[in-house]
Amino acid sequence: MLKDEDRIFQNLYNDSGADIESAKLRNDWNGTKEILEKGREWIINEVKSSELRGRGGAGFPTGLKWSFAPKEVGSRPHYLVINADESEPGTCKDRDILRFEPHKLIEGCLIASYAVNAHKCYIYIRGEYFNEGQKLQAAIDEAYKNNLIGKNALNSGWDLDIYIHYGAGAYICGEETALLESLEGKKGQPRLKPPFPALIGLYGCPTIINNVETVAAVPTILRRGAKWFSSLGRPKNTGTKIYCISGNVNNPCNVEEEMGVPLKELIETHAGGVVGGWDNLKAVIPGGSSMPMLPKEICDNMKMDFDACVENKTGLGTAGIVVINNDQDIIKCMARIARFYKHESCGQCTPCREGSGWMWRMLERMAAGEATADEVDMLFDVTKQIEGHTICAFGEGSSWPVQGLIRHFKDEILERNKFDPIVKKQKNIPYLVDQHLLEKDNA
Amino acid sequence: MSVKKIHKDQPETFEFSDKSLEAANKIVSNYPDGKQQSAVMALLYIAQKQNENWIPLQAMKYIAKFLDMPYIKVYEVATFYSMYNLSPVGKYFFQVCTTTPCMLRGAYDLVKVCKNKISEKENVLSKDGNISWMEVECLGACVNAPMMQVNEDYYEDLNDKKLEEIIETIYQNKIPKPGSYSGRINAEPVNNRKTLLGNKNA
Repeated sequence: MLKDEDRIFQNLYNDSGADIESAKLRNDWNGTKEILEKGREWIINEVKSSELRGRGGAGFPTGLKWSFAPKEVGSRPHYLVINADESEPGTCKDRDILRFEPHKLIEGCLIASYAVNAHKCYIYIRGEYFNEGQKLQAAIDEAYKNNLIGKNALNSGWDLDIYIHYGAGAYICGEETALLESLEGKKGQPRLKPPFPALIGLYGCPTIINNVETVAAVPTILRRGAKWFSSLGRPKNTGTKIYCISGNVNNPCNVEEEMGVPLKELIETHAGGVVGGWDNLKAVIPGGSSMPMLPKEICDNMKMDFDACVENKTGLGTAGIVVINNDQDIIKCMARIARFYKHESCGQCTPCREGSGWMWRMLERMAAGEATADEVDMLFDVTKQIEGHTICAFGEGSSWPVQGLIRHFKDEILERNKFDPIVKKQKNIPYLVDQHLLEKDNA
Repeated sequence: MSVKKIHKDQPETFEFSDKSLEAANKIVSNYPDGKQQSAVMALLYIAQKQNENWIPLQAMKYIAKFLDMPYIKVYEVATFYSMYNLSPVGKYFFQVCTTTPCMLRGAYDLVKVCKNKISEKENVLSKDGNISWMEVECLGACVNAPMMQVNEDYYEDLNDKKLEEIIETIYQNKIPKPGSYSGRINAEPVNNRKTLLGNKNA
């Protein structure tokens, strides 16, 4: 288990309060000015060599992302945008950072905005997190009062203003370009990439978008050194991560652990085990609902980091672990996730808008045992036609979990839906079918 | 599904109250000059709060003028995002999360209680006209499942008994204590904490 002093988020459970005095006791804002004085190059290189990867789901190297911002500010100002639109089912880590560790986030904003030459930072919080947003606002006010941000922040000569922008209940706004559209006061429909936001983002200006957890981890990394951070985990998957363990476990919780911690250890040690014991485990969704689920055999020896998840044909995503045990109907669980995606599709691209509804309806029928055996393959085909044919990654996010279900639990679906199409059996009831279908073998 | 049907009885006029106006101006000042359109989401939310939890068409027209943008753009935003109610809802607006992580822990028991205690159908007012409920998608408190939101407050770690108590309290026009109903104030593992113990005892 990770040693307590190596945990970045010491106040994850709010033992000592989120206000600035308590935050300073936890070493926040300690030596921030000296960090800024070491310069942009140093900060970006240090973040690069720490091998910190974005914690919002895609796992893009943060230092590399920052280096994409133009070196000099041209005619257009730069912006830093923090993505706190945490809506992935199974994920609730950013919420605890917003309400219990806001000063880590604000300090991270200052360092990140200095590194990417931004004087304005917008924090996009999902609308439902109204109370969390108020707590963050209180922390921002404290920071202004203590000259930690604002004009000539920390007497470093750098100006930074931080504003909160509330969303209004759209999952898609967690996608970075949809978030920018929403921030500009439009419908949250993703933009085509390229151009990438680092060059043309908010209001057409260079914009760097980072997840809350990524930015909040940066100050500690710079204080303790990239070496410390990269000594945790394994190469390319370094550092610590907040895991959210929910579903059929005895003690659902958030916990910060080292990258690459075994999934079984997370569930057994921290979350008090699966309800009904480890043998009662059916499947685990390892990284928020967008990632394909894994059956028990794989979970036995699975390690939780980006590359290990990819090796098992899934993804770490946001590390929202949803545990499903044998008491649950796995097809029904998946049908409910499909309904989520049907509800949240922004409607811009046809494959996703229509396909997400198809997947939901087919899965509902499969859960009720009203589908035909052929439809399982048809469903897989539908997922393949959505995946990769949409503007943003929502297409993958909605079709991968269905593929995961079919990959690992196809037998179970077939078991429940084993009958042949009605047309094969009842050929002589003409009004039941379109007659032309009867001419083919597989109607 | 959210309340996107335009209400048939629309008020004749809508104007921001002084308090709303002050809040609105403050928000507009957060954005660069000429980019006041960014404030539309916040302004719709302010209008919704002022107008008993729903947004009439006149409010959209008012906001369009306020921000100097086309009415249809405001309408687009109001119909796209699920937190804007375009028809009246209860003064106490229950949103029960039923996405998979909550469903695994019994969210549909909560739905059953809502059906029994509030109204048979979603978005229909209770008998006393103060409460309405609906199913929503993930509210982002999955380790505290099952949970729901009443106006702006989260109620976490619920079960059917606890929800019944909450509803009874609200029927008496009192607001019950928000947060977790299993004794925790956060997302720690109850009775099984193995990390950051030094801080806990400090």
